This record gives sequence, structure tokens and C-alpha cells, in this order.
Amino acid sequence: MKWNKYAYLIGEGFRNIFTHGFMSFASVTIIIACLIVMGSFTLLDININNIIDDIGNQNQILAYVDETLSAEDASATIQTKIAAIENVADVQFVSRTEAKENFMEKYDKSLMEGIDDEVFRHRFVVQLNDLSLMEETQSELSEIEGIVKVNAPLDYADKFVSVRNVVSVVSLALIVILVFISLFIMSNTIKLATFGRREEIAIMKMVGASNGFIRCPFIIEGLILGIVGGGLAFLAQWGLYGALQSKIAQSLAISFVTIVPFAELWPAVLGIFLAVGVGVGAFGGAIAIRNYLKV
Amino acid sequence: MVQMNNVTMVYDNSDVAALDNFSLTINEGEFAFLVGPSGSGKTTIIKLLTGEIRPSDGKVVVNGFNMSNMKQRKMPQMRRTLGVIFQDFRLIDKMTVYDNVAFAMRVVGATNKQIKARVPHVLELVGLEGREKRLPAELSGGEQQRVAIARALVNNPTMIIADEPTGNLDPVRSLELMLLLEKINEMGTTILVVTHEKELVNAFSKRVIAIDGGHLISDGMDGYYSYEME
Repeated sequence: MKWNKYAYLIGEGFRNIFTHGFMSFASVTIIIACLIVMGSFTLLDININNIIDDIGNQNQILAYVDETLSAEDASATIQTKIAAIENVADVQFVSRTEAKENFMEKYDKSLMEGIDDEVFRHRFVVQLNDLSLMEETQSELSEIEGIVKVNAPLDYADKFVSVRNVVSVVSLALIVILVFISLFIMSNTIKLATFGRREEIAIMKMVGASNGFIRCPFIIEGLILGIVGGGLAFLAQWGLYGALQSKIAQSLAISFVTIVPFAELWPAVLGIFLAVGVGVGAFGGAIAIRNYLKV
Repeated sequence: MVQMNNVTMVYDNSDVAALDNFSLTINEGEFAFLVGPSGSGKTTIIKLLTGEIRPSDGKVVVNGFNMSNMKQRKMPQMRRTLGVIFQDFRLIDKMTVYDNVAFAMRVVGATNKQIKARVPHVLELVGLEGREKRLPAELSGGEQQRVAIARALVNNPTMIIADEPTGNLDPVRSLELMLLLEKINEMGTTILVVTHEKELVNAFSKRVIAIDGGHLISDGMDGYYSYEME
């Protein structure tokens, strides 16, 4: 007997979607629109952070080696010590000869004519994991035996960290505001959808239906609309992201910008979209009819 | 069976008592008319009996359920012992005649087999055989009210409460409907009909309970709507 009842309630949930076709369409459309707006801002935030990180990571610390040490000694003993520092992402040894060659490539060769390699020091080019810890890493590098001077662009790093923090806070605030606006729109759409069915609910109550019996088809209906809305929003987001990515790649002005590939993002996007869709649909359905159940 | 003892009902938005120290007993198997002008308290009595509202004071017992202190989660169980019929029929527009009636059985957890056996029988009893696949909008007012009666009857309720059931029907259909309710009463179901149609009440020799201003005015078994209220 119980299975009979559950089968009926699930069937009712599906049937209601088609019986109230227009409201179902409106609910799915609102879910899609809200998810795309929220999703786009989140993806924009992720990409801005990624770009800032990329730019930031190009900042290098230079650690100069004691003049008395040979290139072989320096690279053999000091390199492993630098690499062992937690915030160090990468370390490369540059000999004084290489340093001179690099300098000459960058500037006027005539400046270096007649000048000996000895003017330059052996050095390590160090890249960091976290730019905000540059100062701490600088002092850790200074403490290594054989390192005489460490050049770190601290001002530059601070600015990058500040920009990234501002972008994160602004994006988070925008996303929170959009989530509230979306919830408001979605709850009103669901309320509108259930308002038209208050008579039906009153009849159910009158013939002795329990609240659970009345609520169940609404929740199933919301769940299905949420999954459909979340799924379609994901496909639309994918399309939009792909289109934007190819536009940026084709544009000469901003082609240097690296966009995080959707392949890296899709599991999280799909998961969040489905979870939000299901949550809003099912809880929205249950909450929207709450007032009509109080009789 | 209905028992109302010293019931007072004052709505939240009003200072005036809709029912004032009102008492009434309707025994099992009775057929009674509840009559009175607009605002006399008829609707309040119906709402108290169906559990839509709780009394401000006094005791209301319906089919063994004490409505004054009953938990809200028990309400569906109580409502399953009642069949309620309204003036505006209150059918679900998008459901066929069959589904409107079957729906009341599904709510109480009946199996498809039980529904298939019971619904045609009840539709036949109210004279709607052959109309199973029609939608409410395709039926006359009298037929729609018969669907409502079938729905009220399908779960074998102890009591049927009809709130102005003939309000939207012509005199011939009204009489037919009352005869149908009388037939159902003869099968053992208690019937309470709320109406202000004097001719209809007088055509049947039943108990007539008259109320006005929230007070009981008369309660006679002579079957006459004698109190002049209009």
C-alpha cells in the first residue's frame, strides 16, 4: 500500500510540471537566469584572481651569492637550502657569466665593453608561492650562509596583494548581493506558482490529506525543476564561457590574458549549479506552500 | 456525532462574539437543517466542526475528536470522518469526475484496486454513471454538486456537512439534491445541511436548528423553518 502511495505522489510531482506548464517554464527560466548571473560573476572572480596571480608570480627575488664562492660550490650547497624554504616555488642558479649575458641582451652592449665578468655576482632567481609572504621569505633567504644580499620588490608585491584583495572583496560582495536578489526572485516565482493552487491545497486539506501528503508532490516538482534549471544553466554557462574564451584568444589587445580552461572548472560549476537548483526548487516548494497548510 | 457545549467564538479582528455560549448536540444517523440569516453564525459553526478554527471558549466534539485541545497533526484523521459539501462545489478543475472522487481515496492511502472498486459504485449512487471522464466545466451545476457529494461520500464518512449546497442550483435540482442527501442519510450517515431556503426546509420533515446573532433561537423536530429572519 505504501509503494502505491509513493508512486502516486512521485507521479503527481511529474504531472504537476506539465499541468502548470507556464509556471514551470517561468520557474526554470528564473533559476537559469539567476544561476548564470551568479556563475558568471564567480567565474570572472576566479579568472581575475588567476590573472593577478600570474602577473604576481612573475615577480622574482634575487639572492646574491658571496663572491668568494665558486659557481659549482654555490649551486651545490645553497640551491637545496633555498628550495627547502616553504614559500619557494622555484629556484634557478644564474652564474655571473650568464648574468652578464642577460644584461647585455637587455641593454646597450657598448656599456659592458671591457668590463670583466667579476663585476657580476652569482645569483639565485627565486619564485614564490605566496606573494604576500615575500618579506618573511626575504629574511629567511638572508639567513642562509653564503647569501650576502637579497633583492625583493616588496612594494610591488604589496600592491599586487592589495589589488587581489580588493577584487576578491568586491566580487564576494557582488555575489552575496546577487544570491539574495536571486533568492528573492525565485521565492516570489514559486509563491506565485503555488498561489494559483491554493484552492487545490484547500480541497486536499478538506478531504483529510496530511501536510506531508500535500507537500510531497510540490517538493518533487521543485526538485525536478531545480535539476532541469541547474542543468540547462550549466550548459548555457559553458557556451558563454567558451564564446568569451575564443573572443579573448582572437583579440590582439587582450590575447595575453590567460583564461582558466572550462575543463578545470566544470565539475565544480555543475555541482554548485545542481545543488543550488535542487535546494532552491525543493526548499522553495516546501516553504512556499507552508502558509496554505496552516488550516 | 456532534457535541458543542457552551461554545463562544470571538474572532481576532472583532469584539463581537460570532457564537455566544452556544450548545448543540447532533446524534448519529440524524438529518438536521441549520438555518439562520447571513452573519447569524452558521459559517462559524461549520468552521468549528471542520477544524478550520478553534473555539475561544467551550468544548466542540466531532465524531469522538475533541476539537478544543486536539493536536493539529490529528486534524487529517478527524477530517476523514467527515464529508464536506460547499455551495461552490470546490472541485479540482483539471481533474476528471473520476479523478476528483478517486483523489479523496488516494489521500487516505487507498490502493488502486480499492479505488477502482469503490469510485464507480459511488458515482452510480449519485447518478453520474457515464460521466466519469468529463471535466467539471463540462457538467451542469447540479452534476458538479453530485460530484462533490460523491467525493464527500467515497470514504464512508460518519457525517456529511453541506454548506448551502443548493445555493447555485435551480429549485428542481435543489430538491433532487436534497432527496439524494436523504437517501444517503437512510444508509446511516449523519447529515447536517446549512441553508436559508425556507421552502426546501419545509418540504422535508426533519430537525431544524435556527440560530441568529450567535444564539440558538429554536431547535424543533417538527420540520418547519418557522422563525422569520429575513
